[in-house]
Amino acid sequence: MSTTAVSTPAGLRLPKWAAPAGVAALFVVAYLVFRGTGTLPHDKEAPQFLAVTDLREWIDDHRNDNPLFLYFLNYIRLFVGSLYDLFQTVMYALGWPGLIGVMGALAWLAGGWRTGTLAIAGVSAFGVLGLWQSSVDTLALVGVAVLLSLAIGIPLGVWAGLSDRARRAITPVLDVMQIMPTFAYLAPLALFFHIGAPAGAIATMIYSIPPAIRITALAISQVSPTAVEASASLGATRWQTLFKVHLPLARPTMALAVNQTIMMALSMVVIANLIAAPGLGGEILGGLSRAQVGIMLPAGVAIVIMAVVLDRTLTAVAHKEPHARIGRGDLAVAGVLAVAGLALIPVLPRTWPENLTVNFVAQVNDAVHWAESNWYAVTTFIKDLVSHSLLNPLQALLTSAPWWLVALAVLTVAWRVSGVRPALTALGCLLAIALLGTWEHAMQTMTTVAVAVLVTLLIGLLLGVAAARSPRFSAVQRPILDAAQTMPAFVYLLPALALFGTTRFTAIFASIIYAVPPVVRLVEDGIKAVPGTVVEAATAAGSTRGQLLWKVQLPMARRAILLAANQGIVMTLAMVVVGGLVGAGALGYDVVVGFSQRTDFGLGLVAGIATVLLGVMLDRITQGADRRPSPRKRKFI
Amino acid sequence: MGVSPDSAAIAVAGLWKIFGSRARKVLDSDDRLLDPAALREKTGCTAAVRDVSFEVRPGEVFVVMGLSGSGKSTLVRCLTRLVEPTAGEIRIGGEDIGAASPTRLREIRRHRVSMVFQHFGLLPHRKVIDNVAYGLEIQGVARTPRHARAAEILSLVGLDGYAEAYPDQLSGGMQQRVGLGRALAVEPQVMLFDEPFSALDPLIRRDMQAEVIRLHREVGKTMVFITHDLSEALKLGERIAIMRAGAIVQLGTAEELVGAPADDYVADFVRDVPRSNVLTLRWLCRDPEPGEPLDGPALPVTTIIKDAVGAASASSRPIRVVAGDELVGVVDRVDLLSFLSGADTGAGARNGTALTRAPRAGT
Repeated sequence: MSTTAVSTPAGLRLPKWAAPAGVAALFVVAYLVFRGTGTLPHDKEAPQFLAVTDLREWIDDHRNDNPLFLYFLNYIRLFVGSLYDLFQTVMYALGWPGLIGVMGALAWLAGGWRTGTLAIAGVSAFGVLGLWQSSVDTLALVGVAVLLSLAIGIPLGVWAGLSDRARRAITPVLDVMQIMPTFAYLAPLALFFHIGAPAGAIATMIYSIPPAIRITALAISQVSPTAVEASASLGATRWQTLFKVHLPLARPTMALAVNQTIMMALSMVVIANLIAAPGLGGEILGGLSRAQVGIMLPAGVAIVIMAVVLDRTLTAVAHKEPHARIGRGDLAVAGVLAVAGLALIPVLPRTWPENLTVNFVAQVNDAVHWAESNWYAVTTFIKDLVSHSLLNPLQALLTSAPWWLVALAVLTVAWRVSGVRPALTALGCLLAIALLGTWEHAMQTMTTVAVAVLVTLLIGLLLGVAAARSPRFSAVQRPILDAAQTMPAFVYLLPALALFGTTRFTAIFASIIYAVPPVVRLVEDGIKAVPGTVVEAATAAGSTRGQLLWKVQLPMARRAILLAANQGIVMTLAMVVVGGLVGAGALGYDVVVGFSQRTDFGLGLVAGIATVLLGVMLDRITQGADRRPSPRKRKFI
Repeated sequence: MGVSPDSAAIAVAGLWKIFGSRARKVLDSDDRLLDPAALREKTGCTAAVRDVSFEVRPGEVFVVMGLSGSGKSTLVRCLTRLVEPTAGEIRIGGEDIGAASPTRLREIRRHRVSMVFQHFGLLPHRKVIDNVAYGLEIQGVARTPRHARAAEILSLVGLDGYAEAYPDQLSGGMQQRVGLGRALAVEPQVMLFDEPFSALDPLIRRDMQAEVIRLHREVGKTMVFITHDLSEALKLGERIAIMRAGAIVQLGTAEELVGAPADDYVADFVRDVPRSNVLTLRWLCRDPEPGEPLDGPALPVTTIIKDAVGAASASSRPIRVVAGDELVGVVDRVDLLSFLSGADTGAGARNGTALTRAPRAGT
């Protein structure tokens, strides 16, 4: 563990904190001496960016004569595109009565009257919000992406579940995929698949595939080995055992894989609008870039409703009584719903009737204005306090320090927290960021992330400890956390934007409310997992509640807390990058600019890569807890 | 069963199973003679089955007994290559299992050998009848005939009326009846039982043991039965092999194991067995002393000692122990009483020999 070069004089006992303090002092001295030298200022016209922009031009010119595109990538694009068209055509043909009827019927079959009613109300809400067509487009895009994710992810998952070797090969890839911020997927896909619905569907598919693979593998590997052996002992072939034993027994868990895949897809499908994918993303991103909460709120609500309806339906499937048959009554109701919906298609108007929509754009904008002007004092105070006391000094520090000093600091911290190999990986990522020409912006993004994580951890620890100590508080908090975790990521930008306008702080606020729920949950679970006998023994020895917390519970929950920090960082980074849309600047903004201005495509793509490198680096620094579940595999495992 | 006694149902010779990446190397070197702990220390390999040989006669119930970790479960899995043996020969009905192709092996598993598992291994998503019919389904038997067959089997194993239930709606004992039914449904010649009742309550276990004895009487299959429970082994086994650290330390009838343990390990095992319930008069009788009256009641040499008590109490004369018409020896009240009081366990038998002596041959 000793990365410290401080030597201990013989016979003199230094306190435990002396070595780290000495190292810190060394860094401070080095900073003061070398400040302003060895910085890497941002250059919008850096050769790295221009090279990528040229590559894009070349690809666009040769999209139709290069064999790789002609015989491979274009076919994929074509296939995904026609799949999307198919979904869209069917949903359009169903019209709103048909879609409400069919979705209602399916949900009713899955979860009885509650889920059925929820689905009918939810799907109708798309129309009421005046977003029928965008919602259907989004639904079709999610449908295609999820279908492809499952078509690829389930076989891979089954393979990984059956073979240790396959699992060992796949796991590290999934680990990296799961810390990649959403933005990073877009530019390379635009390069290969151009823009539009197919590229959006493919981006969404790639983003949402990890849970499909991971959870399927888990489900398969948990199948009772005796049942498998019994099947083999009766002379079943491997395929027979797979289809008659593995898959049926893994089915309930695999329903959760589908659920998680859909939730991930819903997060991504909005952001895919940056590469011109159709749907609700247009309203949301448009609203974000114009700082118009009124425009994006209905679309945000529609996405949340879609998430809730799909989540409840699939959760109902997963939690179904193992041998419950679908009751005759439910079957009848579902049949009536579906038939009624289909029969009403020709009767009712093609489009959702205008007089049934509720338009509250103006009211919302007014409310936001009111909040902005009336709470101005409070919000500005918070914003300025954080900016002046934390953001600005830290940013100044990181951007004015020589790059090698920052690299050395990262190496030291990562080594101390996580060990040699993660430290070297982190260092490699940081050096790559420097080589890519994105150093200054990466440092700015890192500042934002650091501040957001600090606040997130503070709040998360407080709430987590409170919940662990008071069952009543926990009972109140749990449903809120559950609800928070079904919401797609950028929904959190809405209140942030309403309160703080387009500033750096907006992204920080959004990432805090985005990342706090999982942190709270991990801390609470970690403290609750401390064995009762240990707590009892400490209490019997006369500890106060404070002593119990500081000397027993927190130290024993150290792993969980480290894990919470790790997840908090990864989630915060994802959000801060998206925050580029609402004034967070730095890497996130570069990515957005890369999509909107052709000449800056290179900058955007490289910035996307830099966010991935930053993510891997931050992840490795805090990876002390070796077997961490992924940040996005939220609700279970 | 019309098979001559020397054509064994199962013949195992020189069977080895070593787990670990260097299994072959261990087998070819002298390391294989090391005891398991030392072997693991030195090579990282675990020898689960070490040079095991035995034969099972057609229609016999052959019990393999040992503590957990003694390799008995691995041994039974090697028989149909659910666990691939490292070395040795296995013949079932004369056919070399080791040489069977995957297809042939599947045929053997489908039609000739079936297995009952400790944790049942039922398929929770299938009804009882579909669990029992699973083996037939795998073979490609159509739905109607396989359900008809499964229904027959269900009444054979005492599960009439439970065809439509799901496994998790049944008690542990009934679940194992389903497991038993699944193994019986394919009409195997050989049935393997891997500690089938050790997960059950003692009372239910006794019922199930009786059930196996009844089934064996009714269907007459060759059975290999794995257990760690000595009383179960003594109750079911015509012959019992005791395993320790992967090797068979003694193979014989219950009477032989209790009367003449091969080593301290076996002796320790059988110490608490009520010997009067297992041993026969063959082990107790002695030559008549001069002048001893030989007109007492006659009992066959295979009489369990406990059952001789009645005859001895009815007559004061020594019991004549006979094999057919031939007199093997005599047993009097004093012999019986000192045996029952446990005085014989040391060197206390009247003629000065402990019961670890060889039994009297009686043809």
